[in-house]
Amino acid sequence: MSAGHAHAAARGHSAERAYAHQFDSAEHQHGAAQLGMWVFIAQEILFFGGLFVAYTVYRFMYPAAFAQSSHHLDVVLGSFNTAVLIASSLTMALAVHGAQLGKRWAQVIFLLATIFLGCVFLGVKTIEYGHKFHEHLIPGPNFLFDGDARHAQIFFSLYFVMTGLHALHMVIGIAVLGVLVWRAARGAYGSAYYSPVELTGLYWHFVDIVWIFLFPLLYLIGRH
Amino acid sequence: MTSTNYINADYGIWSWLLTKDHKRIAILYLVSITAMFLLGGLFALMIRLELLTPAGDLVSADTYNKLFTMHGIVMVFFFLIPSIPAVLGNFLIPMMIGARDLAFPRLNLASWYLFVVGALFALYAIFTGGVDTGWTFYTPYSTAAAHTNVIPAALGIFINGFSSILTGLNFIVTIHRMRAPGLTWFRLPLFVWAHYATSIIFILGTPVIAITILLVAVERAFHFGIFDPTLGGDPVLFQHLFWFYSHPAVYIMILPSMGIVSELITCFSRKVIFGYGFVAVSSMAIAVLGFLVWGHHLFLSGQSVYASLIFSVLSFLVAIPSAVKVFNWTATLYRGSIEFAAPMIYALGFIGLFTIGGLTGLFLATLGFDVHVHDTYFVVAHFHYIMVGGAIMGYLGGIHYWWPKISGRMYPEWPARIGAATIFVGFNLTFFPQFLAGYLGMPRRYHMYPPEFQVLNVMSTAGATILGVGYLLPLTYLLWSLRYGKVAPDNPWRATGLEWQTPSPPPTENFATTPVVTEGAYAYSDMHEAEFI
Repeated sequence: MSAGHAHAAARGHSAERAYAHQFDSAEHQHGAAQLGMWVFIAQEILFFGGLFVAYTVYRFMYPAAFAQSSHHLDVVLGSFNTAVLIASSLTMALAVHGAQLGKRWAQVIFLLATIFLGCVFLGVKTIEYGHKFHEHLIPGPNFLFDGDARHAQIFFSLYFVMTGLHALHMVIGIAVLGVLVWRAARGAYGSAYYSPVELTGLYWHFVDIVWIFLFPLLYLIGRH
Repeated sequence: MTSTNYINADYGIWSWLLTKDHKRIAILYLVSITAMFLLGGLFALMIRLELLTPAGDLVSADTYNKLFTMHGIVMVFFFLIPSIPAVLGNFLIPMMIGARDLAFPRLNLASWYLFVVGALFALYAIFTGGVDTGWTFYTPYSTAAAHTNVIPAALGIFINGFSSILTGLNFIVTIHRMRAPGLTWFRLPLFVWAHYATSIIFILGTPVIAITILLVAVERAFHFGIFDPTLGGDPVLFQHLFWFYSHPAVYIMILPSMGIVSELITCFSRKVIFGYGFVAVSSMAIAVLGFLVWGHHLFLSGQSVYASLIFSVLSFLVAIPSAVKVFNWTATLYRGSIEFAAPMIYALGFIGLFTIGGLTGLFLATLGFDVHVHDTYFVVAHFHYIMVGGAIMGYLGGIHYWWPKISGRMYPEWPARIGAATIFVGFNLTFFPQFLAGYLGMPRRYHMYPPEFQVLNVMSTAGATILGVGYLLPLTYLLWSLRYGKVAPDNPWRATGLEWQTPSPPPTENFATTPVVTEGAYAYSDMHEAEFI
């Protein structure tokens, strides 16, 4: 193995070298990048984890207020958005598949579809936020709630922080997908090199999974 | 120094600010972290000056609150946590495992920029009025009552947290994927093991404080009720979330230091370390147990007595892997051929200070005793023994040991020995009286105190002055050595380890050809211990 190491000059900086100087091969680099993404996702789980802990504590303390508050969330819009996100995970997976097979236009189309579905999700989320604003459900001095307003505020605080942070992750994801589309259209990814598409896929699926937890916890607790 | 190395490979400020070389990034960290250390030290000095007399005569109560808060924020988040991983870890880990660089050099540079941006936010908070919440940002004071710059300081810590996370991520992937052929896990230098354990804390702990600090900022800015009891929130939840990170953060500060001490003890006693496997695994044990003990900060915060009991027992458990390390170091010293070079003096000083700090940690984990000394100077002395005595002794020992490799120059030996001794004496004179003051009942975080505590406080302030001089000594002669020091050989300590098999200072790619490892770490086989064992 050590013969293949040599130093950078031996490998040169030719156009076909598809890996950085600190790695020994393209597979070596791909493996490192993959592990890096999984470690990042572990970090993300803990990042959202703090919010899930807060949610658990307060739902345990104020179950009635939480159930009552969840009735003010729009289950139809929430369900629609859940379906949109699952569809986007499918298109993302197809885009990764396309990149692995080196099908340039298939991956561009599926990446664009993922961006489109992501934007639909964010659009629906904006409508929902607008409704909350009109119904005075934004925590703070103007908060109006028919019932246990004090504890309903905690529910809505958590609702906005959790879904807001989730939406922020989607915005970042969409920006990254935009770069991928541009590069994929120029033929940057193929069966030999598709790490960025695959890793963005991992990220996108992770963000979807967060929503899969948020939706029942926030929208469905009042209706069983 | 005529050959090409990482320092002279490229010229100009941008070649440094845009570098992707882990060694240059380590130097960038070294410079910025030293600046933060001096700032934090300045705050400490003002605190000690105020406490010279029982009356609040130097600064007002408000200013005093800001001083100890900013001392804490700067020292904890911008010095102690990043110091060893970001400077020595960055510089050494790729070399110790025979790699050309970290796995993600661009991410590494991004970490440094995040550190700088975080530090700028904190500096902005400090110089536009300061923060007075204590570095712990306890709610609801921090979210509802304090009229100081909580949000910029919190954002600075939040941003800096991602610098730590990315550094940890980089180390984990590098240690997993970039090891030279033959370098199995149980042949790794203990420094690398310590950083692996530290990185796990970075990855699993830091995001939790990031989200907690974000919640404080959101609550403060938009009156979202999450921790504020007037809005139905629970301030104790904040303490749970805060200490879930901040207790493991203590191990972020101490584990890398222990890694350094393992390297120093074995090198300067010319012996293979006693019980390598135990020392390596004890780092992981400390990292894991460190996540289970946060509740000992809440003994007096109204958590259930059963929870307190469990946290008390779990806290005792951390003593086991800690003691494993100390006993293994002493066993390594036994019948070693000990050379009292400056790094070794730091390492031995570390063992003394860490033992005192660790044992008083057991006192504090004991429920009844904790009630007596809660929020007194006993606690202050305890965590300074660990975080300052432990972390800084290791850091300075490491800086001296690897200085020839980093700079290509030798530091002057006698000033360095005097510096190490000065720091040890100054440190003990500063903080040992605080154990006594705290045990006798002097509370922390007050800018005045009853006159009977004055003798102890005068001792402490005198010690702090000696300690300050002790810190300035290395700063002076290390800078001096950059120009006038003896040119360093590749391996001045005749140490084992891959980092010594490359020129001083190393070339950009670290090794001309990737080394192949055929034996375990610390094979000081030609040394005389063979006669004894």
